[in-house]
Amino acid sequence: MSIRINLTSIFVDDQARALAFYTARLGFLPKHDVPLGEFRWLTVVGPDDPEGTELLLEPDNHPAARTFRTALADDGIPAASFAVDDVYATHAALAAQGVRFTQDPTPMGPVVTAVLDDTCGNLVQLTAAT
Amino acid sequence: MGDVFQAIADPTRRLILDELAERDGQSLFELCGRLAMRHGVGLTRQAISQHLALLEDADLVHSQRAGRTKLHHLNTRPLRGLTDRWLHEREE
Repeated sequence: MSIRINLTSIFVDDQARALAFYTARLGFLPKHDVPLGEFRWLTVVGPDDPEGTELLLEPDNHPAARTFRTALADDGIPAASFAVDDVYATHAALAAQGVRFTQDPTPMGPVVTAVLDDTCGNLVQLTAAT
Repeated sequence: MGDVFQAIADPTRRLILDELAERDGQSLFELCGRLAMRHGVGLTRQAISQHLALLEDADLVHSQRAGRTKLHHLNTRPLRGLTDRWLHEREE
């Protein structure tokens, strides 16, 4: 038996804004964009692995989703974590574009991590192995 | 207002103050990460949160909202003059 993670999702409060942030700011590539009534089936992939795991930018219209996300963001807890080559360089580049970080790059044992605000209701962690 | 001596009596709370002294303005998530990764503190997030509440009650930590996230700041003012009552020069 072989099982793989082909899709994971993150709740966003605005799909259009999320697509803009995740592509123009974070550098993901659009993969699927299928109209589904009021919302879209909207996924992005990493630029180095377009056939890899898709990230679904999922509408947060379920009331519990907002409560949950607000509580996580309040305590600074990321809703997702992405790998980069160099957290310090990525932080510098994104901060220069106005991206807000709740945690600047910090060595945490075997990794360096930073946490940013995705402007769509989530905090996102960046990590790189040291 | 909580008692400052009681607040700093606990080693975990002193570590929290150490970490805030190194970088002021941290979320609960970052503090938990630092305590776990740097100091091997295996406490739950709720336990750290309670320690922070006690430090806030003693006015050693101030929390402030930055966007969606609550950040914790070190306030050293209550520590100043803490031992004056014993250190002032005694008149013979």
